Parts: sequence; structure tokens; C-alpha cells
Amino acid sequence: MQNFLLIFFSAILVNNFVLSKFLGICPFLGVSKKLNSAFGMSVAVTFVMVMSTAITYPIYNGLLAPFGLEYLNKIAFILVIAMFVQLVEIVIKRFMPPLYTSLGVYLPLITTNCAVLGVTVLNIDEGYTFWESIVNSFGAGVGFLLAMVLFSGIREKLEQSNIPKAFKGMPSTLVAASLLAVSFMGFSGIVENIFG
Amino acid sequence: MFEVYILPVLIFVVLGLIAGLLLSFASAYLGVKTDEKEEAVRSALPGINCGACGFSGCDDYAKAVAGGEKTNLCVPGGGKTAQDLAAIMGTEAEDVEKNVAVVRCNGIHGATGKKYEYTGTPSCAGANKYYSGDGQCPYGCLGYGDCTHACIFDALHVIDGVAYVDPEKCTGCGQCAQECPKGLIDIKPLSKPVVVICASQQNGKNTRAACTNGCIGCRKCEKTCPYDAIHVDNFLARIDYEKCTACGKCVEVCPVSCIHRCY
Repeated sequence: MQNFLLIFFSAILVNNFVLSKFLGICPFLGVSKKLNSAFGMSVAVTFVMVMSTAITYPIYNGLLAPFGLEYLNKIAFILVIAMFVQLVEIVIKRFMPPLYTSLGVYLPLITTNCAVLGVTVLNIDEGYTFWESIVNSFGAGVGFLLAMVLFSGIREKLEQSNIPKAFKGMPSTLVAASLLAVSFMGFSGIVENIFG
Repeated sequence: MFEVYILPVLIFVVLGLIAGLLLSFASAYLGVKTDEKEEAVRSALPGINCGACGFSGCDDYAKAVAGGEKTNLCVPGGGKTAQDLAAIMGTEAEDVEKNVAVVRCNGIHGATGKKYEYTGTPSCAGANKYYSGDGQCPYGCLGYGDCTHACIFDALHVIDGVAYVDPEKCTGCGQCAQECPKGLIDIKPLSKPVVVICASQQNGKNTRAACTNGCIGCRKCEKTCPYDAIHVDNFLARIDYEKCTACGKCVEVCPVSCIHRCY
């Protein structure tokens, strides 16, 4: 149990996918203008991360590892994740229309998102078991949500402030993003000492 | 030879095949069939997703029309779109009810004051970030004119610290209503000119302290209205335009004269 908590919280705070691994930067900068869409996107990413881990882990250990084809994992994962996200989209459009209207727009964007591929590959590299991988993916998704929500709050304020003309728009956004990333460095060591 | 070259290729061919088959079966058996009428309606709509119809976009409205909703709700499309939609649905074309925007605040200079000196970006959204704006009334118009910038018909102007709508130029598209950080702008039928020009949901004492033109929630209008069209909720009178006949009895009795016949 302690092991799971350690993995979960370090995935959120210490190894935050956006702010310390620098994965999934494009949605982080692209969809963080409004709090609502940032939240919707993050929930969709979390969902896809957990689901694609659940499907790529057996593929890796059942299909690739026995034949010594570990080096093909990225290609196999992209193929499987892309197929799976499409399938999920079709299924929820049919059976859960309210969920589709809130998450549907974001699902195609996530199909080949680097954060989603990254979490599945890193789970293998870390040598996690199946349930550890699931917990890690969920934590990574929650960490993504945290970063997105925090950053969209900052951006909404930034939009309304008097910024020198040369820094308007993307430059000030990138500066704010790097400051946020620096502040997350403060978490390193904390989680290990609480649960470790 | 087999293990190194052919097996990986085979595995990926099979994986790809399974994925492709699964997806095509899924879209064939699980896919949602879109209504032909719905698609026709959707292509007849202007497609600017303004939301003036009351649905969350043209797609949503198209779905509703195909399901039997009225065909005359599209404001930017006007009469032509209404006729097109009626032709697709095979119903009688109805006229589009013309709408107009109204700013529900009368906190002009002299009636209300400033809470503090705001020196940031001159925009309502900016001022609203700091303690819900610099006006005394937390519900009132901030007067920095975000709505006037949003209006493409030049129908909104800030006069004496409050935005006013020019009903001659207003088309009722609702772009300004989305822009107002206070949600002060209502879209209402042009044929019903009586409006409550206040949005304060504080009790009478606090409203009075902030602004002398505010609705104090005394319910005189509610008691006077012969058509049960005006109701006080959260210390604020609201007119139900389905019932209002614009008789003007509430305008006469309002002690703070915040109910107006606006044109």
C-alpha cells in the first residue's frame, strides 16, 4: 500500500509529467487558456493514460518480450493506443453521450500525445508491475491535471495584466511556465521522506 | 532468420489487421447514425456557433430542430434560414422573433460610486479580477466597455459610466452578453420594451447603500402585475417575457424607478 502511495504522489508532485519530465507540453500551452477546457482535456488525458497502460502492459509482456522484440515497443504502443482511443470514442459516443460532449473534442487530440506514450514506455522502463503501472499512470494524469489547472489560472490573470509589448503572448506564457516548473522542484525529496 | 525478421513483421501485420477490423466493426455496429435531416439542417445554419438560439452551438440546434424544435430560433440567419429550415423539415415557416440586448444596470455617476481607484488595464474583465471590480455595487456595470468592443454593429455605448444598447442597431446576436464579466446583458424580445434595469441580488439595505437606482426587492411590482409576469427572487425583480404584455403598470409603481420602458 505504501509503495502505491509513494508511486502515486511522486507521479503527481516530484515526477510531474509536464513540469519535471517536460512531456505533453503542447496541450499544456495550447489548451490552457481557459480553465474549463484545461480541466476537460486533463480528465480525458488521465482516462486515456490509465486505459492505454492497461492495454499496453499485457501487449509488452505477452507479445513483445517473449520473442525478444522489446525494441519495437514504441511502434506497437502507438498503434495500440491510437486504435484504442478511436474505439473508446466510438463506444462513449454511442453509450454515454453526455460524457462524449464533454470529453469528445479532446479525445482525437490525445491519440498520439507524447505524455500518453511516455507514461506507457516509462512504466516498462521503471520495471513496474501491472498494478503499479496503473497507479503510476493515474498519478501522472492527476499531475497533468494539477499542472493544467494551475497554469490556466495563471494565464487567465496574465491575459489581463499590463505586460511590456515584447513579452505579450507566448513569451510571458513560457516564462510563467518555467517559473511554475521551478516551484515544483521544491517537492523533490518530500514525498520519499513521507512515504519511503 | 525467422525470429529476427519475419516474426516482427508478422506480429505487426496481425496487430494492424486486428486493430483495423475492430475499428471498422465498431463503427459499423456501434456507430451513431446521424440523421439525414439533421445534417441538412446543420448545413443550412450559418455555423458561427453564437448561441443566440439558446443551444450550445449550431450542431446542438440542428439536432434539436431535427427532433421537432422551432425553426425560427436562429438570430443571425434571420428569415432566410428560418424558411430554409422549415422547407427541410416540411413545416410552415414562422417569422424570426427579433431580439434585442439590454444592459441591466442603471448605476450612473451620482447614483453609485467607486470602491477604489482602479489603475490596471482598462477592461471590465481586468477590473473584475480585483475584488469584483471597482464599482460600489458588486453586480453593476463597470463601464470599461468590453461589450462595446464585442459589438460588431456599433450598438453599445458607455454613457455616464453605464453601457446602453441602441435598439435601432442591435440585432440581438448576444456576443456582448458573452463578453460581460458580470453577466449583466440579457437578450429579450424586441416587442416587450419593459425591463428591470438592475441586477443586484443584495438585500434592500445593502443595495441602497451601494446605489440609489437599485432594485430593493420590495415586491410592489409583483403585487401590481395583473399577468403574474414579474417576480422577485433574491431581492431582484425579474420579468417573464412569455407572460409580459408591456402594460407598464409595474413601471408606475416602482418606488426606486428601476423598471423602465426602454424605448
